[in-house]
Amino acid sequence: MNRSIIISSLLHGALIFITAMSLPFLAKKPLNIPPIVSVELIQIAEKTNIPFAPKAKKIIEKVKEKEKKLVSEQAPPKKVKKTKTKTVVSLDQNNEKIENQVPKAIPLPEKTIKKIETKKETKQNPEKVDNEVKQVSEFEKKDLFDPNSIAALIDKSKVDSAKVIKKNNDITQNQDKNIVTSGLTLSEEDALKAQIFGCWSIPLGLPYNENLLVRIKLKLEPDGSVVKTEILDHARMNKPGQGFYKVLAESALRAVKLCQPLRVPTSGYERWKELQLNFDAREMLEG
Amino acid sequence: MLIKKIIILSVLLILPTKVFALIEVDITRGNLNPLPLAVSPLSIDDKSKKSFEEILKKENIGSEISIIVENNLKISGLFNPLNKDAFLQAPDIANLKPRFEDWNLIKAQALITGKVTYVDEKLRVEFRLWDVLAAKEMMALAFTTVPSNWRRVGHIISDKVYERLTGEKGYFDTRIIYVAEEGPKTQRIKKLAIMDQDGFNNKFLTLGNELVLTPRFNPASQMVTYLSYFKNLPRVYLLDIETGTQEVVGDFPGMTFAPRFSPDGKKIIMSFAKDGKSDIYTMDLENRIVEKITNHPSIDTSPSYSPDGKYITFNSDRSGYQQIYVMKNDGSNVKRISFGKGLYGTPVWSPRGDLIAFTKLHKGKFYIGVMRTDGTGERLLTENYYQEAPSWSPNGRVLIFYRETKTDNKGEGFSAKLWSIDLTGYNERLVETPTDASDPSWSSLLSN
Repeated sequence: MNRSIIISSLLHGALIFITAMSLPFLAKKPLNIPPIVSVELIQIAEKTNIPFAPKAKKIIEKVKEKEKKLVSEQAPPKKVKKTKTKTVVSLDQNNEKIENQVPKAIPLPEKTIKKIETKKETKQNPEKVDNEVKQVSEFEKKDLFDPNSIAALIDKSKVDSAKVIKKNNDITQNQDKNIVTSGLTLSEEDALKAQIFGCWSIPLGLPYNENLLVRIKLKLEPDGSVVKTEILDHARMNKPGQGFYKVLAESALRAVKLCQPLRVPTSGYERWKELQLNFDAREMLEG
Repeated sequence: MLIKKIIILSVLLILPTKVFALIEVDITRGNLNPLPLAVSPLSIDDKSKKSFEEILKKENIGSEISIIVENNLKISGLFNPLNKDAFLQAPDIANLKPRFEDWNLIKAQALITGKVTYVDEKLRVEFRLWDVLAAKEMMALAFTTVPSNWRRVGHIISDKVYERLTGEKGYFDTRIIYVAEEGPKTQRIKKLAIMDQDGFNNKFLTLGNELVLTPRFNPASQMVTYLSYFKNLPRVYLLDIETGTQEVVGDFPGMTFAPRFSPDGKKIIMSFAKDGKSDIYTMDLENRIVEKITNHPSIDTSPSYSPDGKYITFNSDRSGYQQIYVMKNDGSNVKRISFGKGLYGTPVWSPRGDLIAFTKLHKGKFYIGVMRTDGTGERLLTENYYQEAPSWSPNGRVLIFYRETKTDNKGEGFSAKLWSIDLTGYNERLVETPTDASDPSWSSLLSN
């Protein structure tokens, strides 16, 4: 009896010993820590800035054209009632004074034109919100974090560690985690940037030594079309001596419109339904 | 800029939750491709059409004016006027209200429409500039003038469009004065000539009996100063282009070079040789008092004022080689600014004030280049066998200069032509002139 208990316990002991030895967490081998590779976080766009391949551009343009054709076929713009462009400016008074050599500039009446515009907008873009009205509060409300969007953050096409960090290249990993929840991944941002680079014709006459930053807030549809644009430094447009700023802001707006629909990520709409684009012409103009 | 950044950063720190949530994307690059735009022919009714046909012998003045606008915008290199064959909307309809979808379809980002009418023996042009993508009007203007002025109307429209879309003044309603050259190289006949910036309306101002050199526009008015030899003595003249009156400013000893106006047009600045050395002098045009600005045993030539009149740039060989210098307008604070290899000459201050254009000779090649006023950022725009004398467009974006070709063994093949190049260095163009041409000078805008 005793003997069998001893054999049993010995065998059990042996079994436990073997099991214990083969379990990985017990064998505390020193980990082979590879040397720390320091990685400089840079904007890939700076290195790989090819304003997308000419071939792809052509294809995109073709597609766009097709789409546009479709749109114009489906909804032919209704003829606006003929508004007689009355020339309100009474030239007779000015005419006699005008000297032979110098043609005089007289601003045309704008009333008729404005009518046409407003009509047009209501027909074609019923959702369009008046640009002038600032709805800052509406933007702020929706700035809350959405936990559902985490899943969408994983960009399958890229190594998951390659996260884009906005504006701050030397951010620690802890900070990194926080920001990722609200940022675009590297490839997402790169695609968007490359697209807009191609659309933005920079006005070349801008003064070199001025602040040439235009910030535009966009409200987007899930398909990347722009619902609303807002120039954040709107007040600057009408300041004296800042005439160039208007030209710059208009060029940025044109770029956004031209690029529509924007190349946004396929998922995670909540994350990027509001975007801010910072157009800075300085780097280009200083050359 | 820095303060703004700090403020933005501090706001970011105070309101972290809100700011992190909004994704920001920096767009630091764009394309410098010419902006595609459509210049719809100006519409014209039949009655006006007939009247203009009689007066101007032009079949359709509306499309002629639009062609001027189109050409101007095209040669600026900043715009790409689209082919008129692609236009879907006829000029007379487009004039009232463009169908933006149609223009969008042909990729036009801006559209110019308008109409011409004949009112009280005058030419009246209305034009509108449209932002096709935003579907709104950007500008609307009307001009009335005598019919013979129709080319200028085209230039003025171009200037307005250019200014509205680029943010800087245009340079199309301007003229260029130059020295027209004819005959073999040893016996050149040199006449003063003037033409529109696009080469039209060429006129000779002198007969060619005397040698004329270095005509220069007054930046403040339509006056020209130039140098002519009278009994083998250089003489400085003033010429009023509108009235054609000429005036002798004075005879100067020895070699006199390149008289040029001060920005306010009240003085001329030049160099001449006296006592075996060449110095820079100014002359007040009202009281004819001559003042010596530099006093150095070296050869100082080619002075040019900064647009605010406070500084003067010139070239001097005081360092041993010809280099560019900047000094205050009273001759103090002389500072050398060019330090590259080769010889530097003919510095000209840009009307914008930010750059100085120059000619450089290095290893037997001539370059036209620009540098900042402190000598940094030197950029050579064009290289050739022989080219010289850059002159700025009034907006400081384009340079006009002349270029000579080599004479072959038989003494033939020599030519001198005017060329223009913009600051990018890519947009280089031959400016057509009826004869050979040298020493161009660009006027300021005729209308402001």
